[in-house]
Amino acid sequence: MRGMTLIVKTITRLIVGLIFLYGIYIVFHGHLTPGGGFAGGIIIAGAFILLVLAEGSEELSTEVKKWRASLFESLGIFIFWFLAMLGVFAGTFFFLNLLPKGKPLELLSAGIILPCNIGIGIEVGAALFAIFITLAVLKGKGDKE
Amino acid sequence: MLTILILLLILMILGAIIALEGKDLLSAIISLGIVGFALVLVFLILQAPDLAIVQIVVETLALIILIAAILKTTREDTTETRGAKKIFIYLCGLGFLGLFLFFINQTLTELPRFGYPIMRMAGNYLSLGLTKTGASNLVAAIILDFRGYDTLGEVTVLFTAVMGVIVVLRKIGRRTREKLPDETKVTGSRKIEEK
Amino acid sequence: MIYLLCVLLLLIGLYGVLVKKNLIKIIIGLSIMEYALFLFFAVIGYREGGTAPIITKGFEKAVFVDPLPQALVLTAIVIGLAVTALLVSLAVRIYEKHGTFDIRKIRRLKG
Repeated sequence: MRGMTLIVKTITRLIVGLIFLYGIYIVFHGHLTPGGGFAGGIIIAGAFILLVLAEGSEELSTEVKKWRASLFESLGIFIFWFLAMLGVFAGTFFFLNLLPKGKPLELLSAGIILPCNIGIGIEVGAALFAIFITLAVLKGKGDKE
Repeated sequence: MLTILILLLILMILGAIIALEGKDLLSAIISLGIVGFALVLVFLILQAPDLAIVQIVVETLALIILIAAILKTTREDTTETRGAKKIFIYLCGLGFLGLFLFFINQTLTELPRFGYPIMRMAGNYLSLGLTKTGASNLVAAIILDFRGYDTLGEVTVLFTAVMGVIVVLRKIGRRTREKLPDETKVTGSRKIEEK
Repeated sequence: MIYLLCVLLLLIGLYGVLVKKNLIKIIIGLSIMEYALFLFFAVIGYREGGTAPIITKGFEKAVFVDPLPQALVLTAIVIGLAVTALLVSLAVRIYEKHGTFDIRKIRRLKG
């Protein structure tokens, strides 16, 4: 996939950080405002996809990127399963909300929901980016060598 | 508000028909975008901001993935059936759908009226959600606390689907590569896998 | 009325899956069916005069819409995207092998 023009590249470099930051905000405030791990993860994946679409996949080392995306995907699902097994390790039920609940309507509240959101965000973002990068590096008849 | 909802639904139905009947696959995919983005507006009207946020990004990504696939293959739809066979196929399809509609229409009268759901389970979630989980977004409280098993399964399904995509679209098989020693230019993944 | 329109959308997607011969059209039909289901869930959970199920200061006792269908749909949307991507990748591989999206011409599924 070839890159786009200079205008698109410049604007992308300006706004991609903001999109990434917005995704992280959505993940971290998932238990207070609309959003959560799924929405924030997709927005983070969208930021990376915008970067690859604008810059083109030829200059990027896409294989390394795909490998890292798989790694982060595994890390995210591992975080989620580990938090779910936390109750079993503590000798109670599977998927028990062990951590302290905190005060409602504050950032550090709601027990394991916040770390679960972070895990899901990493997993979903890496998963969708891996899908896109796999499709992008595929050689088709539309690409001119 | 009901009028806007019905107008949006009719727009979605029109977009769906165009998406299925168009001859150009690229325009068909863009018409699928009409359905998806109208769905975002419907979610906002129906007071579901979580779903609206997810759907608007998912729709964009789905369009990007479909268009990437189309640009790598072909954009012409050359699967037109002609003559009496076409009429037969359409009659069979429409007859089946009419039968389906007839039976489902009888089922729809049993549902609660629009705007007045039976909230036997959700009533508990609404009243106890804040005290039991501490999360003020009740949707997050349900997907990660009350019904966490469901989310666990869904995340696993997502992981499996992505593994499937990566396996199906890998560059070249190991056995094929050994037969073709000329094509060992691609290095990145090979080095990582050999480590 | 609204339920009937949702079912019509579902039926249009089903029509695409049943009648169309192009793989991409079949994928589009499946996506339309998914959207119809998400719409149906969101419509079922709506409550007259309700607000989004998010508790803020001062609105602890407001009338909320049903959060349960929303929670079910939220995960299903993401899964739908992943399944669409899986189908697209299979379709791309089939096109590379056979040179067509027509399912009538993809007869030989060996090796």
